[in-house]
Amino acid sequence: MSHKTTIAEVYESLEHVMDPEIPVLSVIDLGMITGVELEAGAVHVKMIPTFAACPAVSYIRNNIKTTLENELGIAVSVEVDKEVHWQSNRMTAAAKEKLKNFGIAPPQILAGEVSAEIMLEIPCPHCGSKETYLRSPFGSTLCRAIHFCKACGQVFEQFKPLE
Amino acid sequence: MINQAAIKDLIIKMADDELIQGHRNSEWTGLGPVMEEDIAFSSMAQDKIGHAWALYRILHEDLGGEDPDRFAFLRPEKEYRSAHLVEMPNGTYDFSLMRHFLFDQAETIRYESMQESSFESLRLLSKKVKGELKYHTLHANAWVMQLSKAGEESYGRMQQALNDTIALAAGLFEASPEHEAALIEDKVYPGEAELYRRWLDRIYPVLVKASLNLPAITAIKPVYGGRQGIHTIHLQPLLKEMSEVFNLDAEAGW
Repeated sequence: MSHKTTIAEVYESLEHVMDPEIPVLSVIDLGMITGVELEAGAVHVKMIPTFAACPAVSYIRNNIKTTLENELGIAVSVEVDKEVHWQSNRMTAAAKEKLKNFGIAPPQILAGEVSAEIMLEIPCPHCGSKETYLRSPFGSTLCRAIHFCKACGQVFEQFKPLE
Repeated sequence: MINQAAIKDLIIKMADDELIQGHRNSEWTGLGPVMEEDIAFSSMAQDKIGHAWALYRILHEDLGGEDPDRFAFLRPEKEYRSAHLVEMPNGTYDFSLMRHFLFDQAETIRYESMQESSFESLRLLSKKVKGELKYHTLHANAWVMQLSKAGEESYGRMQQALNDTIALAAGLFEASPEHEAALIEDKVYPGEAELYRRWLDRIYPVLVKASLNLPAITAIKPVYGGRQGIHTIHLQPLLKEMSEVFNLDAEAGW
């Protein structure tokens, strides 16, 4: 008896595809999946990169394909969705909590545009203090900024908010 | 129907600027004056080259152009449409920083103007790039203001850097006479003259905060030529270096 794969099973499986640069977050946590379609015994997944120049895109695409094919035993195609662009507000609340526990400050919820002002007083993921300042808008990967905490004297990274 | 030749011309200019500026930014990798600046210029290099690649892909997928890698690396010098500003060697940090400020503000204005472009691929890409560029201008503005207030020598060098780059930067807005009217008419973008005006309005408040003097607008003689394929002596050696690995085996899979 053959089992018919459901959309819910596809999403569950996508939760097992982790970001190579932040291994505690899945592509679902990051809000990188923009659509899943099932047709004629195949799954079609649409995804978006966080930053346009993210070097991990083809790696992630491939991970989605192999993970889903292994777990669901079904043909999978993955394409980059050009209609939708990634914004940090797509990240789930649970993802932000995981990010903080991983030692990276999560992006603040954006109500408007990114400005120099909103990049100040980002809560330190280590001690929670807001006595912090932006040291550089660029960090070890395109999606991270570097901050400094005056309370605990530590440098920390933040996943940047993106409009 | 939008004029295809005109769109191609516009996208090649934008992409070549991004590619060449990206390559210049990458030359700061390992040499930045402080670690954060080394990382910043390296990250911006990655962004720029990624944006160039996205534009070359539009040429390839929507406009019947060549494979993006081949187009980026295998053209003869005179077929590049980059402006002279981005071709200039990095020089000292003050020069690189001022160029980064003027260039990224110009790019921001350009992509902002394409938020409502009639050419869909450019409109979609410009929404993505615009958000990412925020961090480039945030970085540039902060350092221009900070270094201009860091003592007499620092101030003098920043003013000199501005004097040395302003006419080159104005050259970013060189229109292609044969295509400009069509692009404006077709509502692809508002045109170079309008972008130039908006750019001056955008850089002025930052320069005022930095107490730097923008030369009189009428005294700025934009350095043109790049958009026609006439380049400085600095482009050819850069292209040679940039395409060296690719040319070892242009058919290799990566």
